[in-house]
Amino acid sequence: MIRQYYPILIESLQVILVLLGGPLLVGWVRMLKCWTQGRRSAGLLQPMRDVTKLFVKETVLAENASWIFRSTPYIVFGATLMAGAIIPVVSADLPLAATADIIALVAIFALARFFTALAGLDTGTAFGGMGTSREMMVSSLAEPAVLMSVFTVSLVSHSTSLSHMVHELTTVSFVLRPSLAFALLAFILIAIAETGRIPVDNPSTHLELTMIHEAMLLEYSGRHLALIEWASMMKLFLFASLGIALFLPWGIAGIDDPGMLPVALVALAVKLALTGVFIVLVETGLSKMRIFRVAEFLGMAFLLASLGMLSYFILE
Amino acid sequence: MALLVVLVTSLLAAAVLAFVGDRKYAHEINIIGSGATFAASIFLAFEVYESGPMLAGGDFFFVDAFNVYLAVLTAFVSTTTAIFSRKYMKFERAHGRIGHKSMRFYHAMFQLFIFAMLLALLTNNVGVLWISMELATLSTVLLVSLYRTPAAIEAAWKYFILCGVGIALALFGTVLLYFAAEKVFGEGTQGLLWTNLSQASGQLEPTVLSLAFIFLMVGYGTKVGLVPLHNWLPDAHSEGPTPISAVLSGLLLNVALYALVRCKVIVDGATHSNKTGYIMMAFGLLSIIVASFSLLRQKDIKRMFAYSSIEHMGIATFAFGLGGPVATFGALLHMLVHSITKSAIFFTVGHASQMNSTQDMSSIRGLVKGNPLVGWGLMLGVVAIAGVPPFGVFTSEFLILTAAMKNAPYLAPIFLLGIAVAFAALFKRAMPMVFGDPGPSQRPLKASHFPVIVHLVLILVLGLYMPVFLNDWFHKAVELLK
Amino acid sequence: MSLSLAAQINSVLAALILLTSFALLVQRRVQGLLHIFAWQGLLLSISTAVVGYSAGLHHLYISALLTLTLKVFALPYILYVLIHKLKIHKEVEEVVNIPTTMIIGIALVIFSYDLTSPIRELSTLVTRSTLAVALSTVMLGLLMMITRKKALTQIVGFLSLENGLFFAATSATYGMPLVVELGVALDILIAAFIFGIFFFQIRTTFDSLDLKEMEKLKEDE
Repeated sequence: MIRQYYPILIESLQVILVLLGGPLLVGWVRMLKCWTQGRRSAGLLQPMRDVTKLFVKETVLAENASWIFRSTPYIVFGATLMAGAIIPVVSADLPLAATADIIALVAIFALARFFTALAGLDTGTAFGGMGTSREMMVSSLAEPAVLMSVFTVSLVSHSTSLSHMVHELTTVSFVLRPSLAFALLAFILIAIAETGRIPVDNPSTHLELTMIHEAMLLEYSGRHLALIEWASMMKLFLFASLGIALFLPWGIAGIDDPGMLPVALVALAVKLALTGVFIVLVETGLSKMRIFRVAEFLGMAFLLASLGMLSYFILE
Repeated sequence: MALLVVLVTSLLAAAVLAFVGDRKYAHEINIIGSGATFAASIFLAFEVYESGPMLAGGDFFFVDAFNVYLAVLTAFVSTTTAIFSRKYMKFERAHGRIGHKSMRFYHAMFQLFIFAMLLALLTNNVGVLWISMELATLSTVLLVSLYRTPAAIEAAWKYFILCGVGIALALFGTVLLYFAAEKVFGEGTQGLLWTNLSQASGQLEPTVLSLAFIFLMVGYGTKVGLVPLHNWLPDAHSEGPTPISAVLSGLLLNVALYALVRCKVIVDGATHSNKTGYIMMAFGLLSIIVASFSLLRQKDIKRMFAYSSIEHMGIATFAFGLGGPVATFGALLHMLVHSITKSAIFFTVGHASQMNSTQDMSSIRGLVKGNPLVGWGLMLGVVAIAGVPPFGVFTSEFLILTAAMKNAPYLAPIFLLGIAVAFAALFKRAMPMVFGDPGPSQRPLKASHFPVIVHLVLILVLGLYMPVFLNDWFHKAVELLK
Repeated sequence: MSLSLAAQINSVLAALILLTSFALLVQRRVQGLLHIFAWQGLLLSISTAVVGYSAGLHHLYISALLTLTLKVFALPYILYVLIHKLKIHKEVEEVVNIPTTMIIGIALVIFSYDLTSPIRELSTLVTRSTLAVALSTVMLGLLMMITRKKALTQIVGFLSLENGLFFAATSATYGMPLVVELGVALDILIAAFIFGIFFFQIRTTFDSLDLKEMEKLKEDE
């Protein structure tokens, strides 16, 4: 009985985890940041409260906003959630993971970004256009790097299916792999750019000259804004757990192994907490770089990813 | 024993000269050092001539017909250059072109350079061959920049960087060579000894050796000055002091070519084909053509003769690539005659530019009237290097051309074209410099007669008559290189 | 795919050496270059020692020590003193911009991999796979010399190229015989003194270490 419903159960658990985990992770990061800066924090649940508050607020639409503007929040949220259903977060045994491999995953994120960019242009404001052009620059540079990086992992695990990759990586004995080390470094750089963290973008500022992601969202309000904010929190969570799944998968529940789930949950919580610490360390240690340097930053990511791939061929 | 003296004398002379510095008798010590090396090298040559190839110093040194003649040549040209440089450098010193410190440096480095070349020639170890080639580069780099003019420093920097890189690639080739040899001889020095390598070349892995040869070709080819790796050569030759130009052109290029040919023998033995020959022919022909056409455009006298050196190295490389007894004989002879002729030319060119205090050919006029020896010396040198019959260069070029007609008839016209263009260019430039009326600014000068005369006589003799022992030697060397 | 631990460590070190080669290409500050160069030397020395330990070849310890003293301490120190005496603080100037250089660099790595593949198949050593990295380091050093304008950066490129050669010797053949290694080290040391002298000569003659000014000797003057 349980066996029959196990796939559905695990999939629902995962989706709920992604939905709640996103705001929690962001809350954790903000909390840590407050501590490092000697401020009192608003608590772990503050992002969640922000989102719920936004849901009950009135939604204001620009007069000239088209259907693109209105549907974007749903598409973005839906796409992110879809990605959340594919990435093995606590268990490698995800039924939906078979429907899309890692290339499709990159495409799903690209879809969300594409619509965000369109929505930024849709209202015709100056900031929207500026944010869009910057976002497109960043993503056009980040996408090849992200593909190179995940391909390296695919090469090592001989598969592009996420659940298979994670399974493969957890079962083989530990080997020092320079290719994975490079891919991980590249992935970290890309994740920083993709999720709009310092030093590429600053999620907590609306300073007009520096913002990238936020500039596209300036016209949103109410539930639209709530969905987009929520989606971007989930995105951070998903990138963190994708990184964990690909590079530090130990502790994740294997295929047909429900007994491991509690352990996997604890392991995930610990790893994410450490990721949060890492993010805060990076963000307090570095300042935001000039937009022109972003290209170089991502170029470096691409270089690292290529080196990872090359060292797989050359050295392993 | 003679071998040890050959090597130690120049090293000792370098040390002594570093100590003596700019004293009056430094020039004489320089001459004595080179002369002693020359005498010892003749003894060595006799030993080898009588008892055949010999190994010495625990297989560390190897002397056979191929390298002993080059060693004698090196010691000989270094002696005559030392004699020439006595008057030349005194003139430079008197006119304040170089200072006190530079003089000390010049003498010590000159001897060190000779030592490096002799070590390169006489060692049996391919790795040590590389080291001494690098040492030869390093010891001359600062000699090229001796005058400290912007152009001289630029030339030296180019020389340093390009040859440094080139020779680094040759080291990679040497590593590959050792890699292949290690499979046959195991760890240790045995795998780098040329005698072992050439004996067992059939067992070496051909793919690795082909790859190694490409690196060695590019590496040592840079030092030979083959086009398109020649950029450093005209600069280094034109900006350094003339005695250095003479030894760079007359000796260093030969030694680099020697290193390349030694490696070629091993690679050919492994690959059982003449792939390396084709590569060398291509580089050689390209050098002949590019250099001879560049000769037409030159304004600086030393630069022009530097291009002529590229051309002649191209001829020798082409001939070695061609292979076969006649071409190889021709190549060996050509290395000899080019070295003697070109250093003689540089001696006269050095005096000519001192007389006119410029290296610009359009300002050098009427050398015969100014100083008959310099004028006629330059004229005869040009006649000889252009390959006019009674001189030795004609003999060697003729031999190579015959071989080319026979084995690669479609390449012979290209070869001939290069020589013809060079001939025309050299004469067009040399005539007005030698004949005509001297300019008003020409100053008289005590020229160094002896080296020029000795070289020119030698080159004439070699054109008319081939000494028996030399003939023997070359035949033995041809056997070795087959 | 079961590699021995020594081979794994060695390939990680090789990967890091490759990374430092690229870092040299990317680095803009002169002092940063020296630090990266010293790191590269350190990695090379550790790698040589690891190979020496795993293969039981003690002469490799000597060459590891040689690399350590020469490439990690002596040469960076000499260069450091030079840039202080000559007051070089400016950013590295490049002829080709950095992203393009990186792409060319990646292409060179692939080229080296292709070039060394016949050797990899023949070799039985655990270090055989690092030969491609060694050749890449050589090529990248060459690239650095071509694409940079300042004398100092060219020298660092040259020395990094030498590092690649040492690495090639260790990875292809467990090191050349000691005579050769010592001779090569001596040559590098002499070269170091020569470029030291050179810097002063260039500086006093040109008033800068910029090779742009060295364009007098051209064919069509």
